[in-house]
Amino acid sequence: MTIYIPTPLRTYAGGKDAIEIGAATVSEALNSLTNSYPELRKHLFTSEGKVRAFVNLYLNDEDVRYLPEKENSQVSGKDTLSIIPSIAGGTF
Amino acid sequence: MSILQLKSEVYTAIRAHGEETYPHECCGALLGTHDESGWRVVDSVKAGNTRTDSAHNRYQIAPIELVRIQRAAREKGLEIAGFYHSHPDHPAQWSRTDFAEAHWLGCSYVITAVAKGKASVTNSFLLAGTTEEDKRFEQETIQVEASGELEDVQEVTSIKDQK
Repeated sequence: MTIYIPTPLRTYAGGKDAIEIGAATVSEALNSLTNSYPELRKHLFTSEGKVRAFVNLYLNDEDVRYLPEKENSQVSGKDTLSIIPSIAGGTF
Repeated sequence: MSILQLKSEVYTAIRAHGEETYPHECCGALLGTHDESGWRVVDSVKAGNTRTDSAHNRYQIAPIELVRIQRAAREKGLEIAGFYHSHPDHPAQWSRTDFAEAHWLGCSYVITAVAKGKASVTNSFLLAGTTEEDKRFEQETIQVEASGELEDVQEVTSIKDQK
């Protein structure tokens, strides 16, 4: 599958905007990604190993949080996983 | 102070967007390329504000919209350089909420104050730092590029070192 890396994390992913990973599930793909690029780990996961609250993971066009199997969802070679930090704010 | 280069069409478009959505906040993404001098923004993409419960003082872009913007940018050979939003009847300064919700390190956050429906000051802040723990906003100089010439347009208002 292809994992798309957002602008702020490319520094920690060899400058790449997309990385091909062989994996059976979303979780395996993330493990493989962070094994290859260990510096990404602290940006994606809390110290308890959970995905940081502001990090959104989209399997193709689906939010992984709302998939029945969540991070254990099966993936295939044609799937894409987008890592997208959230964007929000306000006047005060 | 770092520099954010904006094509004049982008500068005009993001300010006009703030006037269009007044008294609500507008929001969108900035697309461009990066080199040793910083970001050069050549395009902007309007986004919907999902904070319909409090759109006059809050904004949020749906993550799926960000996914699609990132995908489209990549197809054009561009990157997400940052984001813009407006502050209706409020200064063009980042707020505690802006800071708490800012996670795109190395990207620019452009804020336009819209006073009584008219865009006034536009400021840009680089989200500097390397982690959530040491991130900080640093004001940037905005240069608007028209016909290959650059012009500083920033009207610096009082900056407080907020965090």
